[in-house]
Amino acid sequence: MPAIFPFSAIVGQDEMKLALLIAAIDQSVGGVLVFGDRGTGKSTTVRALAALLPPMPVVAGCRFNTAPKDGDETAMVPVPVVDLPLGATEDRVVGALDLERALVHGEKAFEPGLLARAHRGFLYIDEVNLLEDHLVDLLLDVAASGENVVEREGLSIRHAAKFVLVGTGNPEEGELRPQLLDRFGMSVEVRTPEDLKTRIEVVRRRDDFERDTDAFIARFAADEDRLRNHIVAARARVPGIPTSDHALERSAQLCAEVGTDGLRGELTLIRAARALAALEGAAAIDDVHLRRVAPMALRHRLRRTPLSSPDSGARVERAVSDLFGGAGERLVS
Amino acid sequence: MTTEAATPTTAWTDACLAAAIAAVAPHGVGGIVLRARSGPVRDAWLAHLKSLLAPETPFRRLPLNAGDDRLLGGLDLSATLAQGRPVAERGLLAEADGGLLVIPSAERLDGGRTARIVRTIDYGRVQMERDGLSAKLPARFGVIALDEGVEPEETVPTALRDRLAIWLNLDGLSVRDTSLAPDWPRRVAEARDLLSRTSADPNLAHLFCEAGLALGIISIRAPILALAVARISAALDGRHEANTADAEVAARLVLGPRATRVPTEAPPENPEASEPEPQHADAPETTDSQGEDTQPEQSITPEDMELVLAAAAAAIPKAILAALTDQKLAGRAPPSVGKAGASQASKLRGRPAGVRRGEPRNGNVLSLIETLRAAAPMQLIRRRLRGGPFLLPDGRERIEVRADDFRISRFKQKTTSTTIFVVDASGSSALHRLAEAKGAVEIILAECYVRRDSVALIAFRGTTADTLLPPTRSLTRANRSLAGLPGGGGTPLATALDTAVQLAASQKQKGISPTIVLLTDGKANITRDGKPGRKQAMTDALAVAADLRALHVNTLLIDTSPRRNAEAEELARSMGARYLPLPHADSTRLSQAVFAARSTPDDRSGSRS
Repeated sequence: MPAIFPFSAIVGQDEMKLALLIAAIDQSVGGVLVFGDRGTGKSTTVRALAALLPPMPVVAGCRFNTAPKDGDETAMVPVPVVDLPLGATEDRVVGALDLERALVHGEKAFEPGLLARAHRGFLYIDEVNLLEDHLVDLLLDVAASGENVVEREGLSIRHAAKFVLVGTGNPEEGELRPQLLDRFGMSVEVRTPEDLKTRIEVVRRRDDFERDTDAFIARFAADEDRLRNHIVAARARVPGIPTSDHALERSAQLCAEVGTDGLRGELTLIRAARALAALEGAAAIDDVHLRRVAPMALRHRLRRTPLSSPDSGARVERAVSDLFGGAGERLVS
Repeated sequence: MTTEAATPTTAWTDACLAAAIAAVAPHGVGGIVLRARSGPVRDAWLAHLKSLLAPETPFRRLPLNAGDDRLLGGLDLSATLAQGRPVAERGLLAEADGGLLVIPSAERLDGGRTARIVRTIDYGRVQMERDGLSAKLPARFGVIALDEGVEPEETVPTALRDRLAIWLNLDGLSVRDTSLAPDWPRRVAEARDLLSRTSADPNLAHLFCEAGLALGIISIRAPILALAVARISAALDGRHEANTADAEVAARLVLGPRATRVPTEAPPENPEASEPEPQHADAPETTDSQGEDTQPEQSITPEDMELVLAAAAAAIPKAILAALTDQKLAGRAPPSVGKAGASQASKLRGRPAGVRRGEPRNGNVLSLIETLRAAAPMQLIRRRLRGGPFLLPDGRERIEVRADDFRISRFKQKTTSTTIFVVDASGSSALHRLAEAKGAVEIILAECYVRRDSVALIAFRGTTADTLLPPTRSLTRANRSLAGLPGGGGTPLATALDTAVQLAASQKQKGISPTIVLLTDGKANITRDGKPGRKQAMTDALAVAADLRALHVNTLLIDTSPRRNAEAEELARSMGARYLPLPHADSTRLSQAVFAARSTPDDRSGSRS
């Protein structure tokens, strides 16, 4: 396993980092879709997040990452971030016959696939817009039901598969199917930083990391610990943050303003804002939180009209400042 | 400082240096894009490169038709059946670990395979999740992408190119130029040793970033790769620190060929940054504003900057230079993603063809190997259940295949078509027509989610016809190109048809079936060679129309004049096109007409995709 670039060492890309942190704090917000230029550290950031998350308890020896109940023998494992690579075959995604045991012993045994491994963690798809259609259909099924069902030659398996879908892609390679798009709770657009200072810092850190990986990781170890503690604390705070009528009203207004279909937008908006409030140690969701998460929660849900601008994020931001007053100041954490 | 033009000798010397750099650390610099026709010069270069590699270093060629099983690996069917236990087969990417992967005709690499290769480069390993096998194998290699493209836009996919540090062009060299300095092998071997102890002058990162912006290079990989190349260049010289001489090398090999604009003479004004940055090298602000935990920063000198820019400028390919200057003259903004945007059209992109479970019916084709692969693990189980082997009447044992094992192949190009809109943007009604055509393109593109079809747009006005939108399925790109569509001027119908014929022919060549939709009132008034004159213009248009007819392409002419007009009808006849008078074509009716025109019985067989 190659060394992983620390999350806190990633320069800029604040929106992508925030969306991933929100998904890590409250998995019910849904997945993250990262679209953007090449070389903006999309995959680096996702892999970095995995390394940052605190371990989770599972039933010891369980291959399906089952959460332990009272009396179960418990083991702590890293939160799974499972790659679904292009070119994966269906049997490896859903699970299939254990080859070794079938061939050598003639036994029918189930070998869990990537979906089982990703349960309670993240399923990461690089270049999600290039994924084969029949795999996309399969993912949609599982994501909707939270359950993976395998039926093949007398083998009948059913296991929980709840995961946060993280996808990256480049819009120039082709669009995503709307059904899949809708599956992602949040979507962010990343750009290559254009100001000189940031670029120099990116290049320096990359070079430092390549040349002396251990020293580089050590340099950011304290930051990583701090961030990890933040995440743990935020997760604990989430259930205690109420959904106020005011926040509900605001998000309904916002969704009506930008024109999103269905209720998923509002739900995501509230949940994401709550996770952000938790991350910042706030006791309630306020407009500032809604405002910050609105672009990532809504930009992929806008109805497409002919000749609409591809930058739907800007549209959301306009609606936000119309609604919340044109202060428009960039909020930085 | 000298800005000598690239003579054959210096071009060859640089090519040799590039080979040495890749040979020192194949994975460290990503690799090389080598633009050259196949021939003795390219062979000489490849032989040179190979001679510099350490013994036993993998040097693998990627066959153009390699599928996922060959690329990523999978179940070795014959070994598995013979040995009665699962035997994995390593793919080419894993085999290339520690060495080089040579990709011939890299300009024809499709999106799916590009993504697989690129991902492997990024991760340094290949993750195989295939045929019931799961493995992570190290795969750190450099790529030598052999670009045999003829047209300027026919080149290696951007995603791959972006990761390969060095872009070479050997066109125009002859074998006479290919002499070799004898001491390369020794220098490479020593540099390999020295590299881990070679650092870079801390100013170089700054220098490359600033030079990159001045040259209009958006990708941030460029300065990162330039830094890596500079360090190797120092090591090849036996030095422990990369200095400005190495920066020049990197500028020539890495930055110059990526330039999308010509740097100005003076130290560059910061053209891209949103806020004015301390640009001029003597400005001290750069020093203290950052680097709490990095090395103290010095400022770069204007001389260094000039040196690097001059080195880069000398390496900007002539063709690009010409294009850049044209662009400047036309006052067009440089494309936002570098040259990438335009060149992507060359790729034949489609969904990666795959194999899935299913019955060989409805025109689906059984994949024999994959079916056997699926059946293999079940053999022992089935034998047990039966209580003995599955025998043929003559007593020979055979493999038992059941319906559950059937795997069908999916074909990538089967349902691909391109609709080429040719839109008359001349005259007074241009604006309205254009808006409707834009709307129709949008509607059809949205439809492409499902159909996997692409759309292209040619607009003609004044004296020229421009391919505003090369075949694409991307709404984002379409939006961008459509936004800037101009209108007004003369009607160069012949030129427009010429452009359409060329595009349609190139699509056909790629196995894509084109449909041409021409929106015009048919009143040509600019001749094929760009001169005004109604009569000659019409004659020219009819002549090209005959070419179009000979191409046997599905064609639709939408007459946009206020009432049915004879000229347009005649044109349609000579093109072999369907004629559709649609005086007030609105985008919805337009797209319906196009769908109707396309739904000829083609090869859209059963497989839903």
